[in-house]
Amino acid sequence: MERIYIFKRFERFWHWSQALLIMFMLLSGFEVHGSYTLFGFEDAVAYHTISAWMIVTLWIFAVFWTFTTGEWKQYIPSMEKVDAMIKYYITGIFTNAPHPFKQTRLSKHNPLQKLAYIFVLVVINPVIWFSGWAYLFYNDLSAVGLQGLPLEWIAYAHMLGAYMMLVFFIAHVYLGTAGHTPTSHIKAMITGWEETD
Amino acid sequence: MLSSAGYASASKETMQKPAAAAIPATAANPADAKKAKSKSTADHSKFKELDKNFKSGPEVTEACLSCHTEAAKQVHATKHWTWEFVNPATKRKLGKKNVINNFCTSTKTNQTFCSACHVGYGWKDDKFDFTKEANVDCLACHDTTKSYKKIPGLSGHPNYKKMEWPPKSGKFRPATDLKKIAQNVGQTSRDTCGACHFYGGGGDAVKHGDLDSSLKQPMKYLDVHMDADGLDFSCGECHLTDSHKVSGSRYATTSIDKEGAIIRGKPGERNPTTCVACHDNAPHKDYAKLNDHTDKIACQTCHIPEFARGPRETKMTWDWSTAGKLDENGHSIKTKTSSGMVAYVSKKGDFTYDRYVIPEYKWYNGQVKFTLFGDKVDGSETVKINNFMGGPDDPNALIWPFKVFRGKQPYDVGNQTLAVFHTAGKDENAFWGKGHYNWEKAMKAGMAATGVPYSGKMDFVKTEMSWPITHMVAPKEDALTCAQCHRENGRLSKVAGIYQPGTRSMPILDMLGSIVAWLTLLGVIIHGGIRVIQSRKGG
Repeated sequence: MERIYIFKRFERFWHWSQALLIMFMLLSGFEVHGSYTLFGFEDAVAYHTISAWMIVTLWIFAVFWTFTTGEWKQYIPSMEKVDAMIKYYITGIFTNAPHPFKQTRLSKHNPLQKLAYIFVLVVINPVIWFSGWAYLFYNDLSAVGLQGLPLEWIAYAHMLGAYMMLVFFIAHVYLGTAGHTPTSHIKAMITGWEETD
Repeated sequence: MLSSAGYASASKETMQKPAAAAIPATAANPADAKKAKSKSTADHSKFKELDKNFKSGPEVTEACLSCHTEAAKQVHATKHWTWEFVNPATKRKLGKKNVINNFCTSTKTNQTFCSACHVGYGWKDDKFDFTKEANVDCLACHDTTKSYKKIPGLSGHPNYKKMEWPPKSGKFRPATDLKKIAQNVGQTSRDTCGACHFYGGGGDAVKHGDLDSSLKQPMKYLDVHMDADGLDFSCGECHLTDSHKVSGSRYATTSIDKEGAIIRGKPGERNPTTCVACHDNAPHKDYAKLNDHTDKIACQTCHIPEFARGPRETKMTWDWSTAGKLDENGHSIKTKTSSGMVAYVSKKGDFTYDRYVIPEYKWYNGQVKFTLFGDKVDGSETVKINNFMGGPDDPNALIWPFKVFRGKQPYDVGNQTLAVFHTAGKDENAFWGKGHYNWEKAMKAGMAATGVPYSGKMDFVKTEMSWPITHMVAPKEDALTCAQCHRENGRLSKVAGIYQPGTRSMPILDMLGSIVAWLTLLGVIIHGGIRVIQSRKGG
């Protein structure tokens, strides 16, 4: 058994505060949409808006951190070993086959993980963020030349993003148990230390 | 959520309603209300012109005009006098003289009664002299004694002799003390405006739904501006008046004003009788998102959550087709509702009433199309007597609250026009007089007087009239809450062309999104389940 220090303090803080915010925004957001009543519409809107600005603030720090530390390179996707990962999740994981990806400090995300994160970064987040801002500043959209954009379209985009985020969230939480041991990823995310073979 | 069992309501919507029984909407004892001290520079009781025993209203007017030389000319130019208003958009003639409604329907041939709400003396038929200055009634609007009353049937005059009123009640009104009233004239008040406007449609609270006698001494809950113990606005505070021309109109409403508050002294023709004229278009300081609503939603829509919020019931329907029934002795019938309102009366037909009524909401751009004398109507459909124009793509339209008054009234089947019929009076054509509920005679007389041909064949047609709701503004604590609209089947669910968050209005995306999310969850549960089973086998 080998232990390597993968997630630094800021990264862990980013991960867990973002996790809380995303869960809370899914919860309040689907209420704003009308899926259920929990906080009441008025409070749900207020909470959703406050947490939106919190996540924006968090990301300002995260982007700064990612670039100053060079960690942005971790998110460059590649197709290498993707097939092996898929095969592992479909069969190998059930038969205690060895994990096809070996984590190192320079490469801490497996190839499927990288693809998923780049999808979040390039598709899900932009859809949510830009539609969210358009939602918040709907009455001032003329300032950026978007007057006449129906609120309904903005809401559709935001909801599409929300459902994608929900699916990502479910898969991400589960795959957190699919490390070298069921708890190794989770421990790493808490302590920073990952157990590898 | 409070029980709403005590309220009859137009809609089934469950919503938070104030406990009306617990909150008296009107100040308990109007006599206790503080007496406004006149700030006028003139004490009319010291004028020798007014120190005489006037025999009639016009005599008082002549005395008024001896100082206020231009007043009658000014009044002559107003629709309070002419009962005429030319719609600036359609150029059609409106005003009480020209419109039909679905209450008492028309003033034609009924002026001796209707002119109790005309600012003049002596209008009983078409020969009335609209140019005579002494015919203007100054006291109707400027009385401060609350003892001046124009009596229906006296062609705009008050009673100069002691008379029984209401008819056959056994109660008597003393002769009007014109000297006392003239010596105490002052500014208009909720009482003087209300003497007519609270009683539109033939009785207290009947017509508008947002105007009734409970506004004479309202509590804050009923009207945040008129609150007798608070701001205590008179009508004129909003209906700013210049040269006797009162601002604000239901014929040419300012449905939207994008320019914001009107700064004192700023020249221009903008209507001062709007919410925006004082409050601007971004009045919500604590919760700025609310300001994002003002481009689509009239202030009234949220801030007047119900109409008839006082103790009075407003009339909701009037069915003329049942009028004229007699009991076995040939006498007229009158029945009452459990709350003591007239449910049926032979003179007028069947009525229903309501309080705390949830308005109906419609786009409105300030234009109204009326069905006037002689206009074609389709008897198989509900006739919209006034049609409020505007839609979601109209930049001048906002979503407004309305009282929709529904009725059934006579129409000329042959010519397909709404009927004008002669009701008030004692003559043999009068429906309520010697005509003894004879529709033929009443219609012939009414149509002839209006100059609209009558085919001789009549029936009843369903009609609808809308009244924009704009009075009885609630304190902000009692305004609509977000979720009263932002939910499935919310307040505005029937309004076309708007997207409202919270209404769960994306069925396809919701279905697909939920399916994918549930399948993902199912997938990870199965995947995880197999892993658990395999590891136990392995272990």
